[in-house]
Amino acid sequence: MESQIILLIFILVLSIFLGIELITKVPSTLHTPLMSGANAISGITLVGAILSSGSSELITIILGSSAVFFASINVVGGYLVTNRMLGMFKKK
Amino acid sequence: MDTSLIVNLTYIAASIFFIVGLKMLGSPETARRGNLLSSSGMLLAVVVTLLDQNIIDYRYIAGALLAGSLVGYFAATKVKMTSMPEMVAIFNGFGGIASLLVGSSEYIHSSLNNPALMGAIYLTVLIGGVTFTGSLIAYGKLSEVISGRPFLYKGQQFVNGLLLISILLVGANMLFVQEFITPNQTLILLIVLAFILGVLFVIPIGGADMPVVIALLNSFSGLAACAAGFVITNNVLIVAGALVGASGLILTNIMCKAMNRSLSNVLFSGFGAVSDTSSDSEEDQGEVSPINAQDAYLILEAATSVLIVPGYGMAVAQAQHAVRELGELLEANGAEVKYAIHPVAGRMPGHMNVLLAEANVSYDVLVEPEDVNPIMDTVDVCMVIGANDVVNPDAKDNEGSPIYGMPIIEVDNSKTVFVLKRSMASGFAGIQNPLFFKSNSRMLFGDAKETVSTLVSEFKG
Repeated sequence: MESQIILLIFILVLSIFLGIELITKVPSTLHTPLMSGANAISGITLVGAILSSGSSELITIILGSSAVFFASINVVGGYLVTNRMLGMFKKK
Repeated sequence: MDTSLIVNLTYIAASIFFIVGLKMLGSPETARRGNLLSSSGMLLAVVVTLLDQNIIDYRYIAGALLAGSLVGYFAATKVKMTSMPEMVAIFNGFGGIASLLVGSSEYIHSSLNNPALMGAIYLTVLIGGVTFTGSLIAYGKLSEVISGRPFLYKGQQFVNGLLLISILLVGANMLFVQEFITPNQTLILLIVLAFILGVLFVIPIGGADMPVVIALLNSFSGLAACAAGFVITNNVLIVAGALVGASGLILTNIMCKAMNRSLSNVLFSGFGAVSDTSSDSEEDQGEVSPINAQDAYLILEAATSVLIVPGYGMAVAQAQHAVRELGELLEANGAEVKYAIHPVAGRMPGHMNVLLAEANVSYDVLVEPEDVNPIMDTVDVCMVIGANDVVNPDAKDNEGSPIYGMPIIEVDNSKTVFVLKRSMASGFAGIQNPLFFKSNSRMLFGDAKETVSTLVSEFKG
């Protein structure tokens, strides 16, 4: 258990540094699409929601399905709106 | 190969898609493909998760997925570009509540004697809850359902302190003691406290500081997903959540720097709560010189370089299309036209860029303050459209000003400044703007869209 947590923290720390490296390179022109795109990625909690809603217990079904509902709004809406915005960025 | 191996390998692939997708967001040419790549990663992760053998019943999952996707689809295709800040705010909130629900669902059937797991659940529920109600308040303020003014009351610090202590106590009880109240009561209490914290955290912050708040809530929604990843020991949640968390923090930092204020100043000072400055100081400044659109046209017609400085007022007046048309006419007339965009113009990072992109302004003429400030004295006309504090010369000249030190677009150094403004009311920060009283400033009073349209018809006529 302990070694697993250390491993997860290891992944966390590396991901944060990777994120910082990636995001500092995004020009300010694209900050709004960056936010909505990143927002869609945070809908990854959908994976957790699916995993926790597949049980036979009523209360977890309710909690899990609600989580799936909200997370899928976040994912689908987030990616679509980002795509819509990015389609507008044109160079003459 | 067993399923769990396939699932985990796919999660690695999904993480790579997210990372490369974010990297491709670094340039407008590749950004759209990057977003597509990132969404493919999400699709992969979701599909492979559905293969999990512990899932007994797919009906509710399918129903919820479908319903959520439909809502997301309609929201994303219908939303106006001017309402993008509200949209991102509410989506942040949905991510937060989803993580909260995942955490709660896991809490109900997990062993309570595992402090590490309890800690992860505690953080998931806490961050998720704060993100949810905080985002709802931000949404309310941005869409003007509730007042955008900072809301301050007596004893605020005390109430906040009490709330924080309660949250810490609940956490200690949940992790180590598990006494005093039942596990279910603990969970409900934690959710309620997190919700209250979210409300109290955003309510004192004014409308113009919302770029910082949205960026921060964006970060929180990622961190909540990340914490949920620790709860269910899932790598892809941790990687994706951490990427979003980092992204939001960097944007928050950029916004704070652009206002020369610390994060704690933005969050706790209730900036802009002062209704307006005393009328004495206004009189000291002298007279403003109004100009009508016909005379403004004559000056623009002779200009060889024009800099347009948009602000939130342009979004409110929906003037971006008219502005683009004017820009094209000026170019056709031989002038060089650029758009200078301050990082905190508008209500979210990059807000003005999106509006101008929507109106078909080429992104290579959108420039940042540090690009134009050094060559400002060569600019014939600066047109300030609905911006105020980001062009206030007090930020560099007046040490007593609350915005002293904030990097601005130094339009006052150009040959002529046109300020398009509804009236002489002061900007969000309630600070007088000496720019209006400078000898090279001309005020074009009225609705920005109407004024710009008049200028357009002068050019055509």
